[in-house]
Amino acid sequence: MGKRINRQSVVTLLGVLLVYAIVQGSILMDILPPFIALTLIQVCIFIILSTSLNLINGITGQFSIGHAGFMAIGAYMAAIVVVKFQGPLMLALLAGALVSALAGFLIGLPTLRLKGDYLAIATLGFGEIVRIIFLNMEYVGGASGFSVPKTITWTWAFWLMVISVIIIRNFIYSTHGRACISIRENEIAADVMGINTTKYKIMAFTIGAFFAGLAGGIYANYLYIIQPLTFSFLKSFDILVMVVLGGLGSLTGSILGAVVMTVVSAALSGWPEWRLVITAILLIVMMIFRPKGLLGTKEFSLSFLGKKGEKNASSKD
Amino acid sequence: MPLLKIEKLSKSFGGLKAVSNLNIEINEGELIGLIGPNGAGKTTAFNLLTGVYEQSEGKILFQDKDMRGLKPYHVTQRGMARTFQNIRLFSDLSVIDNVKIAYHQRSSYGVFSAFLRLPSYYAGEEEMQQKAMELLKIFNLDHKAEEIAKNLPYGEQRRLEIARALGTEPKLLLLDEPAAGMNPQETHDLMNLIRWIREKFKLTILLIEHDMSLVMGVCERIYVLDYGMIIAQGAPDEIKSNPKVIEAYLGEEVV
Repeated sequence: MGKRINRQSVVTLLGVLLVYAIVQGSILMDILPPFIALTLIQVCIFIILSTSLNLINGITGQFSIGHAGFMAIGAYMAAIVVVKFQGPLMLALLAGALVSALAGFLIGLPTLRLKGDYLAIATLGFGEIVRIIFLNMEYVGGASGFSVPKTITWTWAFWLMVISVIIIRNFIYSTHGRACISIRENEIAADVMGINTTKYKIMAFTIGAFFAGLAGGIYANYLYIIQPLTFSFLKSFDILVMVVLGGLGSLTGSILGAVVMTVVSAALSGWPEWRLVITAILLIVMMIFRPKGLLGTKEFSLSFLGKKGEKNASSKD
Repeated sequence: MPLLKIEKLSKSFGGLKAVSNLNIEINEGELIGLIGPNGAGKTTAFNLLTGVYEQSEGKILFQDKDMRGLKPYHVTQRGMARTFQNIRLFSDLSVIDNVKIAYHQRSSYGVFSAFLRLPSYYAGEEEMQQKAMELLKIFNLDHKAEEIAKNLPYGEQRRLEIARALGTEPKLLLLDEPAAGMNPQETHDLMNLIRWIREKFKLTILLIEHDMSLVMGVCERIYVLDYGMIIAQGAPDEIKSNPKVIEAYLGEEVV
């Protein structure tokens, strides 16, 4: 640490700008096939979802599989603001994220007393409850779905994703983030070191839910229609697979996982019946060769690209 | 006024009384030993003190305040820190992060300055980094600050655990078998370290120990626990010659 700006962050910023410019340029020149544009925006949505889930599962070590539930709350809330109240997009997204965060807080209070499998079951149940509630709400279209005008552009999706990742990263690399990590490492020791473990579990859960809600809002305002079925537990598993594939506890891993899984799914869209099979094979192969995920708990950095013997030449100062 | 006063403390697990009718008084600046054979209830007593277990009966007064029902993190915030018999470091984190986590409760910036990296974030992190480095220097671990804690040799892990406990800036330090698994030389160094940190940090220390040379060497007063009850207390010399203690440790036949 020390210096606020180092080579790593400059290169990252340049990379981010480059990706944005290339895609935006090809959209403006009208040479980007719509299917690829759709995939790219889905990548952005899934990056927000996987990094926020990683905050709960990988960083804080609380096994949650109800992320689609929070996504649904954000999606429906944002859709309601836009369609029923003609609110601006920004307000809709914020409302979706905040209501989802509130839900995360309220659900976190009782369920985070549970550990391991029990927490997983409780969050899974929560996700399904949310879905069933929307399924039975005529106000938002029930099973037939809720149509929302498409207002999200590449610019919106991309920069909201970048901001989300930066905020989550800033949280993780702060004393509050370290408090969350200490819970994952050894809950008893964390407690005895003066860390209010319940508070930080709920905080991680709430922040994770906030960004899942944001991702849901982006989703709703891009895909014309949202249906309860979209937010089934399979969606939660998709997000979980991305996090595990990239490496629990690695933010860059989650980004990588989201990119890989979304691209693989998109590439297999012609053979939907094979998608789950391929996913399963991918996971089995990974479990054999890289049981801790593509990046493990490490972060991808410039020094990764350097020679193997050279240790952290760039990221240390 | 004693710093810590334990009155008639009891803890039962079902029908088993792990600790019964425990009375201990510790004054500020003292170095007290708590010894006893295996299963005597020493660690249970520590767990009661630090809020890991809830007491069945009795009273714990720390700085004249009742500690009943406080959660472990609350106990630590009140100024009581501990180490564990089986080391509980954050083993996959770096040495310095282990210490920084202990400083967390006194961290100066909030979650929103963390999100947005406001100036208070940088100031707070800088301060923590400095404090943590200073503490590591004292324990001669500063050159290993970036190493992963589980890769340290055993003796250094013990030292790091003590350093981490001191990071919470306690008044009373509870050491649970700090010399467990150490060779005589390491134990000797540890003895000096314990004496020295007491002076340096103006600490009061309560330690549980099996190693008699350590206990007799550093402690000013000793409580002997057997079957959850105090069977003797006093200066090391008195304890050494106390028949009850010898009986508890060596069995009746010897006496």
